[in-house]
Amino acid sequence: MDGRAKVTGQTRFADDVILPRMLHGRLLRSPHPHARIRRIDTTRAAAHPGVHLVLTGRDFPIPYGILPVSHDEHALCPDLVRFVGDPVAAVIARDEAVAAEAVELVEVEYEVLRTFATPADSLTHATPRIHDYGDAGNIHKLVALEFGDVDEAIAGADHVFDDVFFFEGNTHLPLEQHACVAVKDADGKLVLYSSTQTPHYVHRALAKALEMPAAQIRVIATPNGGGFGGKSDPFNHEVVAARAAWLLDRPVKFCLSREEVFYCHRGRHPVLMRFRTGVTKDGQLTGVDLQTLLDGGAYGSYGAASTFYTGALQTVTYQIPRYRFRGCRVFTNKPPCGPKRGHGTPQSRFGQEVQLDKIAERLDRDPADLRLGMVAPADSLTANYLRVGTIGLADCIRTVVDRSDWRTRHRKLPYGHGVGLACSSYLSGAGLPINWNDLPHSGVQLKLDRSGGVTAFCGATEIGQGSDDVLVAIIAEVLGVRPFDVRVVTGDTDLTPVDLGSYSSRVTLMMGNAAIQAAERAREIVAAGVARKLEVPAGRLTFADGRVFDTEDPDRGLTFQEAVCAAEAGHGTIGTTGSYTPPKSAARFKGGGVGPSPTYSYTAAVVDVQVDPETGWITVPRVWIAHDIGRAINPVLARGQVEGSVYMGLGEALMEEQAFRRLPARLSSALVHKFPSLLEYKSLTSLDMPEVITDLIEHPDPAGPFGAKEVGQGPLLPIMPAVANAVYDAVGVRIDEVPVTPEKIVRALAAKAAGKPARVGPSAFPDIDWPDALVVPPPWDGGDGRASNTRPSSGRKADAGIEAVAGVKS
Amino acid sequence: MIRLPDFALRVPRSIDEAAGWLGASPADTMILAGGTDLVPNMKRRQQVPRTVIALRSLGDLRTIRNGDGLTIGSAVTLTELVRHEALRKTVPGLWQAAAQVATPHLRNMGTIGGNLCLDTRCTYYDQSYEWRKAINFCMKKDGEICWVATSSPRCLAVSSTDTAPMLQALGASVRLVSASGTRTVTVADLYQNDGMLYLTRRPDEILTEVSIPDQTGWRSTYWKLRRRGAFDFPVASAAVAARLERDGAVGAIRVVLGAVASRPLASAAAETLLTGRRLTDEAIAEAADAAYVIAKPMDNTDFELVWRKKMVRALVTNALREVRGDDVREARMSLARQVV
Repeated sequence: MDGRAKVTGQTRFADDVILPRMLHGRLLRSPHPHARIRRIDTTRAAAHPGVHLVLTGRDFPIPYGILPVSHDEHALCPDLVRFVGDPVAAVIARDEAVAAEAVELVEVEYEVLRTFATPADSLTHATPRIHDYGDAGNIHKLVALEFGDVDEAIAGADHVFDDVFFFEGNTHLPLEQHACVAVKDADGKLVLYSSTQTPHYVHRALAKALEMPAAQIRVIATPNGGGFGGKSDPFNHEVVAARAAWLLDRPVKFCLSREEVFYCHRGRHPVLMRFRTGVTKDGQLTGVDLQTLLDGGAYGSYGAASTFYTGALQTVTYQIPRYRFRGCRVFTNKPPCGPKRGHGTPQSRFGQEVQLDKIAERLDRDPADLRLGMVAPADSLTANYLRVGTIGLADCIRTVVDRSDWRTRHRKLPYGHGVGLACSSYLSGAGLPINWNDLPHSGVQLKLDRSGGVTAFCGATEIGQGSDDVLVAIIAEVLGVRPFDVRVVTGDTDLTPVDLGSYSSRVTLMMGNAAIQAAERAREIVAAGVARKLEVPAGRLTFADGRVFDTEDPDRGLTFQEAVCAAEAGHGTIGTTGSYTPPKSAARFKGGGVGPSPTYSYTAAVVDVQVDPETGWITVPRVWIAHDIGRAINPVLARGQVEGSVYMGLGEALMEEQAFRRLPARLSSALVHKFPSLLEYKSLTSLDMPEVITDLIEHPDPAGPFGAKEVGQGPLLPIMPAVANAVYDAVGVRIDEVPVTPEKIVRALAAKAAGKPARVGPSAFPDIDWPDALVVPPPWDGGDGRASNTRPSSGRKADAGIEAVAGVKS
Repeated sequence: MIRLPDFALRVPRSIDEAAGWLGASPADTMILAGGTDLVPNMKRRQQVPRTVIALRSLGDLRTIRNGDGLTIGSAVTLTELVRHEALRKTVPGLWQAAAQVATPHLRNMGTIGGNLCLDTRCTYYDQSYEWRKAINFCMKKDGEICWVATSSPRCLAVSSTDTAPMLQALGASVRLVSASGTRTVTVADLYQNDGMLYLTRRPDEILTEVSIPDQTGWRSTYWKLRRRGAFDFPVASAAVAARLERDGAVGAIRVVLGAVASRPLASAAAETLLTGRRLTDEAIAEAADAAYVIAKPMDNTDFELVWRKKMVRALVTNALREVRGDDVREARMSLARQVV
């Protein structure tokens, strides 16, 4: 769909939107990681020639945020700044250069507060609080869920594995920097063009933050030059541009610098995790006890959901009869973390898959066989009440094992050369919406007319993943027309029915099901018209090859255009709608809303590595990957998503780090992003990319459109653990943290040579004052999805902490 | 987008004219060749010259001349160097160094003179004005302290040029032209180990050409360490030029390290202990140790400094093996991710 426009340069990204009389904005960002704003003087900035407007936190009293439980952001900070890069003022001027000059003229007086650089800081110091909400002090969120008696299950195991892992944070690195243009349009309504994955949520946030009726606001998602989760929140510059355009009655553009994109962040949470796992001697898991600690950064963002996601999907790959998950997210003075491809699940997937590799070795089992022996059954409920539909995981494992000659290579290659295997699963869309309601998650409208053309309207947002193609393909398939005869209008809150957005791998499944419904309804109307005209029962008509014809006498039929004319004549103007709402979850406990999905995708990957034992230098010559996609609607795009996931996964596995510098505390309170630039934030180049051998495993799932499941995120997940497992196979050292770097390999080899554990990774998980767990008996223990302890305390000490903090404040 | 500060761009018709303009106001005038270093630095306000003199229009600076050795005009682009077949044959080390600078796009713009004068780099310094404000700046620009080592009396920014260590190993020299005259200095003397005053070039001087002595009988090689197969500046490198006798003994040799100090760093000890000896594994190991000892990487580039220092040994070893005549293509490919 978008190939021609991209190749010929006709795609209009947000920064390509240029309107008459347009002004340019720039944000003044905090130079302090944590400070109270004492005074802001905008006089000099406002008087600077070419400046039209200066805004501060006083102009934005209403907070907003992506999750209803954490509306903790202001377009411009009214009182506290919480990280270096937090916006405190905005200048709107005739051009970018003037705006940049004037921003420097805004005078801000700060009272510097304590810097919280690490989760340890935030766990040990309740004050000053970064936010005045959360589960205790600087702890944002505490979660404790127990499905069956895990301590008993682990005590009864033949072997107990207790491992601590760390997954460093990293960011999305889209090539397109965030940009937007706001304008009051000819009929006096507010329009925002923005490079967003979620126009619907931006629409809601604008209505709230600007105190305007939603019906007076239109958000148009421009094609994204990469999203990966980084454009799924409403952002400061969007709200500021909208208010400024409204006040000035002139178009206002913001185009962020690369550095500012690193401050928007919402990327992968750094997660420390501890897996205690019980295993029988024949390789069955008896129970898993997982604890995670997330460094959330300065705001909530999707963080409450991210916390749950670090523990949600462990159970959908392998049979885990008893499961306990406890997660803790802390606030720190860094750019906020949020959803990046895989949202919260890659970190604990890494830990789980590396631990399984250790288990296989201890039990002297092949890691592939160990996994094949514990694959979750199809059409089943997990211990935490997730419904597994079709599961192609075993096929995925067998495919990559065959393709990679795994059996002749694993543990058999010469020193320095190794292969590693890992698996994963991901949602095909979240079962519950962000704003809890019973409205559809996706809607599609179709317009058919006498031209024979079909136009589809849907709020889904094309971010380069090909969602427009999927929409076209599904409608064309149902109506039997060429994809080229279908036009789509997407991602526009005025013109298109609501679709929640391009996140959570939900679009193909949810938009696709809505599209099928709308197209089938249109087909019914057209069939009725044709049946009347040809005097053939509607049930005998076939829609194919741009014709509607009698299945029993294929020569008898009409072209699609004639068919639509016949239908329009009889029926009147043709318009249909389709919508999709996911099925109800089996989980009926608090916290059970994160994890359910209409169906899950599965992936297995084998990574081949060469490691130089002298230098630790890592080369990845090839990756074999098999993905259970249910059905590939567009195999070229699906393979593109798999290969893109391998690319991104290798970046995370080998080099990417959203890392920070804390200057010596005796000299400075500074805490800065180490290298907010495309050059120094290391991500793979094409020269570092291996050969990727991709297999799509297709077992159509009844929940998906034509059986399709997601492919945008799941294939990323196995890459990081497979790399770590391959490094172990190559040189016999465990790198229990991401990224796996040459330095760490050399350190681990040196430790091994010195007779110490051949490992680099975190040594301990901190003592966290967990609240009592919500106890939910699993289905096989007679559970019905409800908690057996109805009202767990949310942590006595935690509550006391909040009171103590409140006491200090008053 | 970050915008450039205001400046006056002047395009001279001759070197003398350029030298005259520069000499009139050396403190706030800078020379622009390819712009790949200066322009982003200006955007980040690391350098804010009022006047910029562009050299690209001067044809004299864009030629490569063969004669007694090789003379390269300072505005010759790195791409032109890489495409120069004779240079590839006679000075393979320089070809390898030039071919591994940044990316094809940047090599199309970047010049040999610019790469020699490349500003020293540091993760506390190569940042936007706003970022540097958040650490209250550093001594190299607008501040007082060196955050790399807070007790350091001097700036510890890193020499990050690929061609300088190689040219130093080749015994090259450069021509410096100013309104008051012309002088020639060796590449070794062009640098000093100070992140701020890393060049001995005076502010009123223009680097106009690089001369490489006749390479007959000499072999050269350059090994670069960086994270990826493109883009990245070196985090350590080894340049070796050697003349071997018929029996394989080293007649003369220079071993120069890049990116482990504020200037290219020659290992005199390695040179002394190799001269007169054959390049046995043992001799190579001793030389690699000697080079390892003088490398002083700091925590201001990509990668951990301890590992970078260790890697110096591997780089020098590979370079010396290549000079000896070993087939090192596999090691080269694994490190460079491309045929070099």
